[in-house]
Amino acid sequence: MIDCQGLTKQYGQLCAVDDLSFKVEPGEILGFLGPNGAGKTTTMRIIAGFLTPTSGKVSVCGFDVETQSLETKRRIGYLPEGAPNYPEMTPASFLEFVAEVRGLSAPVRKRRLDEVINLLHLEHVLDQSIDTLSKGYRRRVGVAQAILHDPEVLILDEPTDGLDPNQKHEVRQLIGHMAKNKIVVISTHLLEEVDAVCSRAIIIAHGKILADDTPAGLESRSRFHNAVSLKLGNPSALDSVRAAIEALPEVERAEIDPSSGRLTAFPAKGKLPLRPIGALVEQNRWDLAELHLESGRLDEVFRTITGGASA
Amino acid sequence: MSPVWAVFKRELRSYFVTPVAYVFIVVFLLLSGWFTFFPGAFYETGQATLNAFFSFHPWLYLFLVPPLSMRLWAEERRSGSVELLMTLPLEVWHAVVGKFFAAWAFTGLALALTFPIWITVNYLGDPDNGAILTAYIGSLLMAGGFLAVGACISALTKNQIVAFIVTIIICLLLVLVGTPWVLVFFSGWVPSVIVDGIASLSFYTHFNSISRGLIDLRDVVFFALLIGAMLYANTIVLQLTKAE
Repeated sequence: MIDCQGLTKQYGQLCAVDDLSFKVEPGEILGFLGPNGAGKTTTMRIIAGFLTPTSGKVSVCGFDVETQSLETKRRIGYLPEGAPNYPEMTPASFLEFVAEVRGLSAPVRKRRLDEVINLLHLEHVLDQSIDTLSKGYRRRVGVAQAILHDPEVLILDEPTDGLDPNQKHEVRQLIGHMAKNKIVVISTHLLEEVDAVCSRAIIIAHGKILADDTPAGLESRSRFHNAVSLKLGNPSALDSVRAAIEALPEVERAEIDPSSGRLTAFPAKGKLPLRPIGALVEQNRWDLAELHLESGRLDEVFRTITGGASA
Repeated sequence: MSPVWAVFKRELRSYFVTPVAYVFIVVFLLLSGWFTFFPGAFYETGQATLNAFFSFHPWLYLFLVPPLSMRLWAEERRSGSVELLMTLPLEVWHAVVGKFFAAWAFTGLALALTFPIWITVNYLGDPDNGAILTAYIGSLLMAGGFLAVGACISALTKNQIVAFIVTIIICLLLVLVGTPWVLVFFSGWVPSVIVDGIASLSFYTHFNSISRGLIDLRDVVFFALLIGAMLYANTIVLQLTKAE
């Protein structure tokens, strides 16, 4: 378990993290969301034991990060922001070094090295200097280093930054696989990532927690939650369709996006307009091209919650 | 102790995957040879000793150690790898000691590669090999002193050039305060206790007697204490500056 209590980090006048408290239980994949400069990286650095908080306490698996730092560092796998490493080394010698510092015994070391090299597809670049690797490979070397000792707690600062869509998918799958009975904390500014991997999301801005919810819970805060959007085969009928839909008691109002010709019907408070709209479609035999039920848009929720906070 | 050993190996290996190590060794050997034969007049003095060789070592280290020590922490902080290192399960002093000993071992290797001069002097005459061994140990100790000072300064900045220049200046002072010129300048108008005090802070003074083959425990203790104190300071500096 990660337990942060009243975490505060002050840089001179600037308060990077402001009285943050939260707990993360095993099995959870927590996503840190926030505009740049929100305090995500600072928080992760404190948990990883790189920064000392100005005030507040963090314990990881029951050990205090400040006073029992070796115990907590043994249990944490950490990918720092930007995945720094030693450019003149090869992935093979770098991972070997990390394994040795972590004190893995020879047979365990060999087994784990084989496993992570396989998992992250590093076979072909093992003996090339990290210097010469692409950004994607460098990031994967960083992830490999973090999971090498099969840690109970995994903290990854922007793990998919700079990866191509296939690699992003693979790293997310990996995180999903790792997560059983472990704690995973990732930071990201990609909202789709929260949807794809996280079981819980914390939105922070200016060092404060603004929302702490499941991705679905966050989506339900969107005005698009349970909204119905549709497109007609014949756009000229759009205005009459809109009038008919707006007449429904389940619909608060309907909007038409003039560029795409998409009509979106927003639900009245606590109502579900999908069925009545479906019935209208049947009844009037509208020439329907598309019909969607919106689950809610994270980016919109994110902008609303952090409104004005984007630095 | 295992993390120290891991850091030591990683660091030492990193010297040899870049040209830095080879350039350093070649320049070290060329300069130490040149100093011995020309300003040192190795042949002309006609003595079977390596005094000419060792007497220039403080000056040699003054210019060759800072390029070696400047990158120890400055580079690590600039590239951000210090964050990786400091979140691995090791104490700060493990990393400090591991890195220092790697740099020291490397300097020791360069020093050991000057062995042809020892063969030469044995071929030409009948030197006191015990004294030569003592001088080698003294030279290594002095190199450790330079390195420890340089490593500590390197932890204070992210900029290698700044580390280089500050290290040269501080090491220059540490050498100069014991040289005859400085001591002559002070003697006569400053109480001799203070002159002795100034001289006793100098690498030059402490190396001078060892380089002639005289082991004085005080000289050994001086370098050992200096290295220890600098590594301790390095650890504290790093704890304060690592995240900046």
